[in-house]
Amino acid sequence: MTGTESLEQIAERRLEARQALRCRVSVCSGLGCESVGGQAVLEKIRARMKEEGLAEASEVYPTCCRGLCQHGPIVEVQWKEGGQPRRHLYLDVDEEQAERIALAHAREGKPAAGLASHADDPFFTRQTRIVLANAGEIDPEDIESCIAAGAYSALQKALTEMKPADVIQEITQSGLRGRGGGGYPTGLKWSTVAKEQGARKFVVCNGDEGDPGAFMDRSVLEGDPHEVLEGMALAAYAVGADQGYVYVRAEYPLAIKRLRAAIKHAERQNLLGAHIFDTGFNFRVDVRTGAGAFVCGEETALIASIEGSRGTPRPRPPYPATSGLWGHPTLINNVETLANVPAIIRNGGQWFASIGTAKSKGTKVFALAGQIKNTGLIEVPMGITLREIIYDIGGGIPEGRRFKAAQTGGPSGGCIPAQFLDLPVDYESLQQVGTIMGSGGLIVMDESSCMVDVAKFFVQFCQEESCGKCIPCRAGTVQILSILDRITRGQGELGDLDRLAELADLLRSTSLCGLGQTAPNPVVSTIRYFREEYVAHVVEHRCPAGVCSMSAVKKPAAPAVERVTP
Amino acid sequence: MNAEPATATAPKGGDKRMKMLDAAMRRQQFQPDALLEVLHAAQELYGFLAPEVLLHIGRSLKVPPSRVYGVATFYNHFSLKPKGEHTCTVCMGTACYVKGSGEILEGLKKEFGLGGNRTTTQDGKVSVVVARCIGACGIAPALVFDQEMVGGLTPKAAVARARRWTP
Repeated sequence: MTGTESLEQIAERRLEARQALRCRVSVCSGLGCESVGGQAVLEKIRARMKEEGLAEASEVYPTCCRGLCQHGPIVEVQWKEGGQPRRHLYLDVDEEQAERIALAHAREGKPAAGLASHADDPFFTRQTRIVLANAGEIDPEDIESCIAAGAYSALQKALTEMKPADVIQEITQSGLRGRGGGGYPTGLKWSTVAKEQGARKFVVCNGDEGDPGAFMDRSVLEGDPHEVLEGMALAAYAVGADQGYVYVRAEYPLAIKRLRAAIKHAERQNLLGAHIFDTGFNFRVDVRTGAGAFVCGEETALIASIEGSRGTPRPRPPYPATSGLWGHPTLINNVETLANVPAIIRNGGQWFASIGTAKSKGTKVFALAGQIKNTGLIEVPMGITLREIIYDIGGGIPEGRRFKAAQTGGPSGGCIPAQFLDLPVDYESLQQVGTIMGSGGLIVMDESSCMVDVAKFFVQFCQEESCGKCIPCRAGTVQILSILDRITRGQGELGDLDRLAELADLLRSTSLCGLGQTAPNPVVSTIRYFREEYVAHVVEHRCPAGVCSMSAVKKPAAPAVERVTP
Repeated sequence: MNAEPATATAPKGGDKRMKMLDAAMRRQQFQPDALLEVLHAAQELYGFLAPEVLLHIGRSLKVPPSRVYGVATFYNHFSLKPKGEHTCTVCMGTACYVKGSGEILEGLKKEFGLGGNRTTTQDGKVSVVVARCIGACGIAPALVFDQEMVGGLTPKAAVARARRWTP
């Protein structure tokens, strides 16, 4: 190492320093908390601690997203009482409360009176955290705090004790599957790239999280960039690559900034770069910024984009594993997939495989949004039921309205109606009911949402994002949209439903890439479960939820449910 | 490989910025592959991509103008027209949409007389643009006023907020 300290020494020094502290205060620096004044709360507490003479005896730091975005800013205080570790999780902290919290802990060593701890709320206790395990523990911009939490220990273990084939073996045994949506076995992908012969190989981290309604990758990149970088380094070691790229959306400026800083910090500690851990392994990582094209999440389009071209997909095979970046074998994994890797190498594939269901192992991070009480980021074991996610963790639907459907998989996915609330959430079960796991966006809709309108929303998205290279997608999405548009204006005909089915089939079987092939999914899925809503639009020319304009109809029916905008 | 010097076609006051753009290209060793990164740098410097800037980049990276234009127009992030002094970005991601961002957008457009191809007010003060999903689903509906992100606004509150720019 270029530094004089080893990983263990850094971790030990930091953990020892903590022993002497009166308390540690972490303030969530996720986007949700930031937008309601998280930074001001952090500064308030820090200033107050200083005034109380505790600048040295306390640690006040920003931490990664705690998940409960609805109740930000979130502050956690950890301290010892009679030798026992205690923690208190404050929600909805404003500046006045921040002051009280700081004073109570600084002067009395006790939680602020009247402010309950939410650490044991079901929202937190019902989760299983692997990818998001470090929330509250680390400051993403302080690499030493990450090392103290175990960052790069898996890389050290792999480089010093394991052969590349052993690393692949662990990943294969873990049963990890691609978290970007496809669910392809990660171990199999790695061994394919490892077997390829090539002068150079690349590892690409796909952070082009384009699904509207999904922000898992954003939170992971912003909250724990070292976890992703370590996963990339492990992947590179396993497949024999020496250069990596993280492709991040331009819409995520903080993620880009934190990643760039994290790479610099890791290079300084010799955890990335040349001769990592004094071994012969070299690995450099660069950040590439996307520019707002949904199709770039498709792997061949992503490659074109990194090469500086228009992000249009090309036919496969050859797959990127054989011929990817500049024609070299390239391993492409999603952010969350790579973020799972360090924990698997640290704890073993067997440990990971013990979580989840028979075919879907481990956990999945979901972005819970829409008409639900607790919006935010959650990580749950595979196989959990939708009911547990929505009612136990999510707190149910606000204002006593009824659950109508959950939408997963974004524009490539479908919806899950109420009769499947007890469905175990894993790759296969979701596929059976006509949707996909997707990257993890989970939008909850209640009776105030019109399913035809939702389908139109997604098709419009795909139509605008279609790259235009292949005709079925370019022209087909326009046709589907025009039919849906007609239906929502009240000019639908009975034959429209058949026409939609026919077009859907055409797009599925003839489009070049996943965007076009899956674009009809939201339409097919909503027709399958909410046919009566389509019929109401087409035959009775009314929108049961009162969302669609039905502008072509002379006397629009009174809306059944008032649309609520919070 | 050397960049051709900035010609007289450079936008007004562009001298210094053109130098900074050249420096950004030099950092990428004038590699044609770096086109996307260079366009990002240019947009950050100028706020939008003028034809002269695109031509200059093409010459410097030895990339045909057709490809530079093709790439610049392919990606939503790049703008070939100048934006207003202030920009209000309305997120139209799924979570924001089901929480009513459509109505917010309509409200803003109506207030500032925008619509169709027009996204910037005539006096160049305010632009109202749509984002595909800014990943702030937890605080939906989300809006970005210049750099500041705000969640949970009603259409009325959003308009009031944007009106602060035009007292």
